[in-house]
Amino acid sequence: MFANTLSLVIWTPIVAGLLVLATGGDQRAMLARWLAVAGALAGFVVSLPLFTQFNNLHGGMQFVEQMPWIKSLGINYHLGVDGISMLFIVLNSFTTLMVVLAGWEVIQKRTAQYMAAFLIMSGLINGAFAALDAILFYVFFEGMLIPMYLIIGVWGGPRRVYASVKFFLYTLLGSLLMLVAFIYLYFQAGKTFEIEAFQALAKIPRDVQILLFIAFFLSFAVKVPMWPVHTWLPDAHVEAPTGGSMVLAAITLKIGAYGFLRFALPIVPDAALQLSPVIVAMSLVAVVYIGLVALVQTDMKKLVAYSSISHMGFVTLGMFLFTGSNQNVWAVEGALVQMVSHGFVSAAMFFCIGVMYDRVHSRNIADYGGVANKMPIFAAFMMLFAMANSGLPATSGFVGEFMVIMGAVQVNFWVAALAATTLIFGAAYTLWMYKRVIFGEVGNHHVAELTDVNKREFLVLAILAIAVLGMGLYPQAFVEKMHLSVNDLIAHVAISKL
Amino acid sequence: MNWADLNLMPALPEMFLLGALLVILMLDLFISDAKRVITYSLSLVTLAVCAFLQINTFEPFASYTFSGMFIDDPMSDIVKVAMYGVTATVLVYTRQYATDRGLFKGEYFTLSLFALLGMNFMVSASNFVSLYLGLELLSLSLYSLIALQRDSARATESAMKYFVLGALASGLLLYGMSMLYGATGSLDLALIAKSIASGSANQTLLVFGLVFIVAGLAFKLGAVPFHMWVPDVYHGAPTALTLMIGAAPKLAAFVFVVRILVQGLGGMVADWQGMLAIIAVLSMAIGNITAIAQTNLKRMLAYSTISHMGFLLLGLIAGTPEGYSAAMFYAIVYVLTTLVGFGILLGLSRAGFECETLDDLKGLNSRNSWYALLMLLALFSMAGIPPLAGFYAKFAVIQAIVNVNLVWLAVVAVLMSLIGAFYYLRAVKAMYFDDVQDNSPISMAGDMKLVLSINAIALLVLGVMPERLVAMCVQAMKLSLTTL
Repeated sequence: MFANTLSLVIWTPIVAGLLVLATGGDQRAMLARWLAVAGALAGFVVSLPLFTQFNNLHGGMQFVEQMPWIKSLGINYHLGVDGISMLFIVLNSFTTLMVVLAGWEVIQKRTAQYMAAFLIMSGLINGAFAALDAILFYVFFEGMLIPMYLIIGVWGGPRRVYASVKFFLYTLLGSLLMLVAFIYLYFQAGKTFEIEAFQALAKIPRDVQILLFIAFFLSFAVKVPMWPVHTWLPDAHVEAPTGGSMVLAAITLKIGAYGFLRFALPIVPDAALQLSPVIVAMSLVAVVYIGLVALVQTDMKKLVAYSSISHMGFVTLGMFLFTGSNQNVWAVEGALVQMVSHGFVSAAMFFCIGVMYDRVHSRNIADYGGVANKMPIFAAFMMLFAMANSGLPATSGFVGEFMVIMGAVQVNFWVAALAATTLIFGAAYTLWMYKRVIFGEVGNHHVAELTDVNKREFLVLAILAIAVLGMGLYPQAFVEKMHLSVNDLIAHVAISKL
Repeated sequence: MNWADLNLMPALPEMFLLGALLVILMLDLFISDAKRVITYSLSLVTLAVCAFLQINTFEPFASYTFSGMFIDDPMSDIVKVAMYGVTATVLVYTRQYATDRGLFKGEYFTLSLFALLGMNFMVSASNFVSLYLGLELLSLSLYSLIALQRDSARATESAMKYFVLGALASGLLLYGMSMLYGATGSLDLALIAKSIASGSANQTLLVFGLVFIVAGLAFKLGAVPFHMWVPDVYHGAPTALTLMIGAAPKLAAFVFVVRILVQGLGGMVADWQGMLAIIAVLSMAIGNITAIAQTNLKRMLAYSTISHMGFLLLGLIAGTPEGYSAAMFYAIVYVLTTLVGFGILLGLSRAGFECETLDDLKGLNSRNSWYALLMLLALFSMAGIPPLAGFYAKFAVIQAIVNVNLVWLAVVAVLMSLIGAFYYLRAVKAMYFDDVQDNSPISMAGDMKLVLSINAIALLVLGVMPERLVAMCVQAMKLSLTTL
């Protein structure tokens, strides 16, 4: 095994992306596709040792790499993963592979640029999860805006320009304030940007903590996205190409939630505790209200986008459930499981919509009906993902939601009761959409001309189905990786810094 | 005068520059338009030799010549080498453009080199007289360069505006200098600093003088509220000259400001800090907000320059060595980025067509994805998005001001750069998302294409590995500010 596994995981996709970009115009599109698959596969393979060689019994950071990067500004190239970030790196490398396959023949315009953008973004995302230096994190965190902006804007739907600019500026607003917070902490922590040094700060006055929390909150809440700063997401998702929606939902949203765990909670625990009722309330609004919003959508992609927001509400809810000054273990782990699960399920849902969109060129529910008659294999797969999206037991969607609700019951019955409504709303909007699109009489001549999934699509669907079922049946594989890290985090957050 | 003490070595590159310049001036009289490329090449060789001399006479301390009027310290060395490179790059970028428009004459090179000589003196002056002489040599060369396109009413108008407002600014500066002379009894920066430190100078007179000095400097930098000339001149001048005004002179102006405010008036830091803070906030706000309304790229970049000058001032406001070196880094990165931005505009222009509106960029990615990528790097660098060099420039100045507890200023700065991101994004949108409007082929000379590519890739390389340049700026500032 290489000593620099994490660097490899970050730079392999980026280098592959640059190679793909170098293939140039559309006349060599096939070469670009094969190179992209090779790159994504290589990226996934090099990330596997993170999962297999991860030591569950070892607290703290593993696979650590550290060297000075910009000495004059006090910035280090410091990488490392714990049980939390490791999962997302592997998930991201996996999703990238799916995305490259999903865009295979669908993307005919500037294929090389499309594939390159995803590969480069994949590397940057891995970097953000692996960075242990705040500015290194920031560089990766912001850097991924550039490829995402181009992906939405170049290959997106009719309102793509509006959506891409909105996405970019919303995200930038939050992160710029976080940058100031980092620089402030740099001087407090004795001229270092080490995240662990930020976390180890013993004393931060309450009002400063609240300001720092707000800076972090703006940055990460926009990314998650939490109600009421979620409005960029439906636009971005709907207008993005299928691959863009998959990455957005599966990975980039998770960076927001990850940011809460890595920065907001451990660095300013007292502010987090004090403001937790607000966040719980906002999360519940996301779960209930956004769930209702999803119910009335006529556009499938928008529906899944709103369902993402609602599911992410569960994640933030789980992270901010406190008893005394202790976070609830069930809830935090549930939130993490929910994040990974949502990564699989939302990617799969967006892929399913993409499959239909490529054939009919419509995202409107009303333009479909009776798809099962023409695409039985596809309908079966989509059934599974729809069930997972509504949280059916034995799928991955159930585990996380169940754990968070368990945690919530221990904290407050009414919070748990409201959170549990997601099981009703989630099932309602997902299955109702499924019914209208898949079942019934063949709706129109477009549907009548549908052909079932091809081999490539089957491959993607099958892999995602295995992941969803596997995680539903044996969540322990993931939970055992994160357990120690979560306990450490909770212990850390419980100590007041006042 | 004691001839034994006359050591002209510190000014060796300048003397060579002047000599070569005169040779080029004479030679040019005897060659025809078709052979203009000879003097063009000679100018480039001159710049290369100057850079060589500058690097080889480098010393990690300050040395004086011309009776203490001229100083050669690490800060000036680095900035001068950068200016040689920038001037050479500008000449390469503008060759085709200038030829197409009949500007490719002997005066073009000689005036550019004269401007450079003036900048060198601004950078190396340690006395109000030599500072002023350098500034005027630069300004007069630039006025006439802009007016070189005699048949263009717009260029003549903008030369006129530049001249009138520039003369006003010089007047303000001179007035301020005279007051400082009255208060301290000296024109030498070191002696002025000493006199201020001793507290013997008349405080009222000093502050009055300072106000005029700051106003004059803000004029030269193009900072709000003395910015009105910038968009008009940038817009009116032929793009080649816009680049000439917008690139190296900004570096010179930065050192000019450091010499006067930090080295000369360092004792009055508390007085000028407040003034600069107001100027910086206004520049960032008005520059960025007004840029949003522009559809002309040259005007947009002019307003963007104004906002960048605001950012650069933040480093000075910090009043610490870290702040000054951050500002120096900012200036160098800014100039590198500007070169790419205007370089693309020059490359897309051709005989009879000026590329200068947002519409002209539309669909550039389909026309030529490489140029689009280069411009993308420049725009995101200006917006301060990592991993491009512009991010570290912004980062360093913000770090410097947070260090002196001006967190509110840091918050204002980042919010302004958010506003700025909007119009840079709009240009990227035009290149990547919009359909082609003008599908005429782009013909860029091979040498220009090469230099432009290196120039833009440098923004990315500096973004991934900025340490060398940052460390250089930090070192230079440290050595230069302690040895005075």
